[in-house]
Amino acid sequence: MNNPPTALQDQFVEMPQQKEAATLGMWTFLATEVLFFGAMFMSYITYRTAYPRAFALASHHTILLFGTINTAILLTSSLTMALAVQAAKESNSRWLFRFLVATVLFGVAFLGVKGLEYHQDIADHLWPGPHFKSGLPPEAQIFWVLYWIMTGVHALHVTVGIVLLSIMALMARRQKFSGAYYTPVENSGLYWHFVDVIWIFLYPLLYLIHRYAA
Amino acid sequence: MNTTVESSEIFVPAREPKTYLTEGRTLKSWLLTTDHKRIGLLYLYSLLVYFTIAAIAAALMRLELITPAGDMVTSETYNKLFTIHGTLMVWFFLIPSIPAVLGNFVIPMMIGARDVAFPRLNLLSWYIFNIGGSLALYSVLFGGVDTGWTFYTPYSSTYANSHVIAMAAGIFIAGFGTILTGLNFIITIHKLRAPGMTWFRMPLFLWSMYSTSVIMVLATPVLAMTLALMSIERIWGVGVFDPKLGGDPVLFQHLFWFYSHPAVYIMILPGMGVVSELITCFSRKQIFGYHFVAFASVAIAVLGFLVWGHHMFVAGESIYAGIVFSFLSYMVSVPSAIKVFNWTMTLYRGSISFETPMLYALGFIGLFTVGGLTGLFLAAVGLDVHVTDTYFVVAHFHYIMVGGMVTAFMGGLHYWWPKITGRMYPEKLGQLAALIMYIGFNLTFFPQFILGYLGMPRRYHAYAPEFQIYNVMSSAGASILGVGYLLPLIYFIWSLKHGKKAPANPWNATGLEWQTTSPPPKHNFKETPVVTGPPYQYSAEETEIALHKPAKEQRAAS
Repeated sequence: MNNPPTALQDQFVEMPQQKEAATLGMWTFLATEVLFFGAMFMSYITYRTAYPRAFALASHHTILLFGTINTAILLTSSLTMALAVQAAKESNSRWLFRFLVATVLFGVAFLGVKGLEYHQDIADHLWPGPHFKSGLPPEAQIFWVLYWIMTGVHALHVTVGIVLLSIMALMARRQKFSGAYYTPVENSGLYWHFVDVIWIFLYPLLYLIHRYAA
Repeated sequence: MNTTVESSEIFVPAREPKTYLTEGRTLKSWLLTTDHKRIGLLYLYSLLVYFTIAAIAAALMRLELITPAGDMVTSETYNKLFTIHGTLMVWFFLIPSIPAVLGNFVIPMMIGARDVAFPRLNLLSWYIFNIGGSLALYSVLFGGVDTGWTFYTPYSSTYANSHVIAMAAGIFIAGFGTILTGLNFIITIHKLRAPGMTWFRMPLFLWSMYSTSVIMVLATPVLAMTLALMSIERIWGVGVFDPKLGGDPVLFQHLFWFYSHPAVYIMILPGMGVVSELITCFSRKQIFGYHFVAFASVAIAVLGFLVWGHHMFVAGESIYAGIVFSFLSYMVSVPSAIKVFNWTMTLYRGSISFETPMLYALGFIGLFTVGGLTGLFLAAVGLDVHVTDTYFVVAHFHYIMVGGMVTAFMGGLHYWWPKITGRMYPEKLGQLAALIMYIGFNLTFFPQFILGYLGMPRRYHAYAPEFQIYNVMSSAGASILGVGYLLPLIYFIWSLKHGKKAPANPWNATGLEWQTTSPPPKHNFKETPVVTGPPYQYSAEETEIALHKPAKEQRAAS
């Protein structure tokens, strides 16, 4: 890093151009991410259409309580994230730091709950393979393969987000941001909201299939 | 304007300004560079390695196929050879070829910028690409992969007994390098255009690179996830695509081709962009129908996402899906044909000269047209059932990928070589190589159309004796083609020292990259250029005179 992050880099002419480039870059990256998850959602749609009953039955074994708590945690973290960006805009580094730390803590809490849930899932023989829970139709395994992959990749994204926001919090502490320069906070926020939105899709698809119908 | 090695090392003379090549001479200054021009060259060096290995695999295949009996290599080795050839050529040569080498080098200069939008990310892309490449080479060296470049399940995930995971991981990782390159180009073209460089004043190479980048960003992640799902099934033995476990192998094919068909356009759109530059420059004419050519690139990128199902006409896809995908595949031929017609119209009554890049461009038009038209044969469901998995398909996509993309890459490399190195390549040898390549290519691949139509399946190391004559022709052509590739390699290296010094604008071309010195300084331009008009303003009088000269005089002059 040759330049301090607030400085104008060689390839740009003015600060607004640099900021717009960074923001557009983040949106383009998120477009990539949508397609990355898209392949998983497509597999899910295909198999759920092919085996609706097996999917409904398999979904009943997900732990609704943990899923719901996590949904609440992640939605709240998006609120604190939005507040952090607002604080940055207002050059309020103290509250920027606090809101970033709160967001990080919510993220860690999410992973903690997810860990407990995974532990319980494994205890319930819901890890696909030869020891998979008996009594479910064979196609239910595909649901659980997708469950592990989708929530796993999502958890990986949450972890990346936690690292990213921790760096932002440290930088905020060192007074690196102001109302004139807070692009990294804003872009990390975009990423965090994206991770949140993915969960909003995962939650009903994995936990709520025919929950009350069967 | 080149600083040569002979010039004093201690005093840099004032009238020999520093170029991007002399900015630093240490290895570190190259490996840690953020200069888009140097990164382009880094890509060029690494691509040469992958290309050579993949080309050797092809040469061994062509050797085996000279005789009908499978007498040189076993069928397992042959499977590995075509897999190495396919994977390395597609992901480690063709996809980065024009975008990462020429695109990196000229995109910022063409728009009058000092660098790409994210220079450090650009360098990171190169490292990611080569980490992926190293994994792929590891799998090649330690036993190879025998699945074919398509990794069809359940063979790849359950039965294949080779280094599938290492190769898939290599492609997975390299894919993120491609995504980041595409992302960088999109933002660069959006945000770094010089004053006055409006969208419709951009050279057409930029339109094609923009469309390519969109495909890179939106298609590559799907491949990454698809390969990851395949690997998960292979590692843990859990069912994703395996029909034994309730999975659907055709879903793998859908996901794979959802990436790989658009990727075919990553492997042709940049070539089309280069050819638009070459045709206008060497016929000294404004491009015919600028807007149509520009939007044809966008249309190809969009339609390219909607045609993947034509790879599965015989894979158990419903007949209705087949009809729709067949129709959509025909649609792609419309923007492609628009381009070919517009290039032809640009040539019409232009003052054409046959420098090496132009020979490649003209070769491209011919070969791409053959490749495109035979693509229409394959888009027809009925005929495709007859020729699926035969050499007809092999010949078709080699006409696009080698006849099209590699030809355009060579054309572009010759065209920008003076800008890149500050030296001219030997023109006569260049023309000779272009001709050898054209002849060698056609001799290699045209017989394969006949072979395929007669029913020779692809991916077998032994075949019925009546196919031998065409296979011998093809192998003979391959050796000529090999000479055609070696020749430029030799004279390009020779030209670095002994080539004539290149002026700033040896082709008298329009385009901002020719406004700066050859080779350019680190930040491309002394001062940011201002654009005042459309591209390809090839001297009106020049063309005017050519138009009004009587035909006889014109012929005498040329």
